[in-house]
Amino acid sequence: MNLFMPSVALDPIHQFKVTKWLDFNVGGIDLSFTNASGFMALGVILTIAFFGVAASKGQLVPSRLQSLAEIGYGFVADMVRGAAGEEGLKFFPFVFTLFFFLFFANMIGMVPYAFTTTSHIIVTGALALLVISIVIGFGFYKNGFKFLKLFAPSGAPWPIYIILIPIEIISFFARPLTLSLRLFANMLAGHIMLKLFAGFAVGLIAAGGAYIIIAPFAFAMGVALNALELLVAGLQAYVFAILTCVYLNDAFHPAH
Amino acid sequence: MLIALLAETAAHGSEHLAEDTPPPFPPFETWHMPSQLFWLAVLFGILYLTMSRVILPKLSDTLEKRSDRIASDLDQAARLNDQATEAQQALELRIAQAKNKARETADKARAKMDAEMAAETSRVDAEIEKKLDAADERIASLRVEAMKNVEQIAIETADTIVGRFGVSASKSELKKAVTAALE
Repeated sequence: MNLFMPSVALDPIHQFKVTKWLDFNVGGIDLSFTNASGFMALGVILTIAFFGVAASKGQLVPSRLQSLAEIGYGFVADMVRGAAGEEGLKFFPFVFTLFFFLFFANMIGMVPYAFTTTSHIIVTGALALLVISIVIGFGFYKNGFKFLKLFAPSGAPWPIYIILIPIEIISFFARPLTLSLRLFANMLAGHIMLKLFAGFAVGLIAAGGAYIIIAPFAFAMGVALNALELLVAGLQAYVFAILTCVYLNDAFHPAH
Repeated sequence: MLIALLAETAAHGSEHLAEDTPPPFPPFETWHMPSQLFWLAVLFGILYLTMSRVILPKLSDTLEKRSDRIASDLDQAARLNDQATEAQQALELRIAQAKNKARETADKARAKMDAEMAAETSRVDAEIEKKLDAADERIASLRVEAMKNVEQIAIETADTIVGRFGVSASKSELKKAVTAALE
């Protein structure tokens, strides 16, 4: 069983393990720079590098790289405009940052041996809470107490409100939960599956005999899953960003 | 059998990590959470500031410049097109004017020639008339003269004929007789 890799690497959970790279303590709180922070920093650096280089020249006739950056810009701008309207563009830089932060983090996670920062609930949860705080904060700032109309959609007969308002409140506060869990669970489950099938292939070969015949199928499954996960990595970043836009739309127009 | 092996693979890692206590699930461990939050805040903040202050303005600037440029190019094209249309219209106008002028000149020349021809014709006609009149006059005078001669010849002939018969007649009698015969 330990023929091809150290056995510890076969553990599908091992890839999510946080290890300290640099000890860093502030007031008794452990703020060490870990592998999670390292790969997050890598994603941020790559994002900045990519857009920095692509946008630096600002050519009238764009190069391929600049075209790509402009497509990204247009993509996110259309997403914000479509889901939150023209005024939603106020939050365009935030959604843009969020989308590409998640996109690069997810994509880096697809590289073998890389750490997937978005596979930790604390990260996705913090981002979801940030989104919902912005929605609540801006909602009250812009609409005052009319923002509470969000929980009482107009046009229903009054007895319905007895049921409707609690449902709306619950659904609103479920948003950060679902938003963070969706991304977290997708990344976690996907990477576990990848590891499992890759490990399974290795295990089959190690088991020897007739199992070796099945090993290529397990490996092929791993390859197919890799393609699927690549899709999921992009899609989940998109889903997170577009749901952010949808929630922001509520802050602009609370009375649906 | 396969599923069992898959399950075994899945469970395998945890076996040796800890035999008695359940293995820690990293995403739910708490020790790294403050550090994760801290670095997320720092890094997301850096990314947000870089994007919103530097990169996005630059990108939107470029896009705006491009759309401005396209709009101004289209404007210029429209303007040039208008100019071309104008020039064409002016050209057509000038061609029409030139045609009119040519027609006028031709008409004038034709009229002048007609007038000249008419004048010449009438002059020649008058001349011919005059000559004809003169000729008529001459013919008339010649005829009178010829008639006179005829009378004279007739008288002389009559005289000779009468003389052959041995009759002499006076001149006045002969003349009377000839005149009567002629009439």
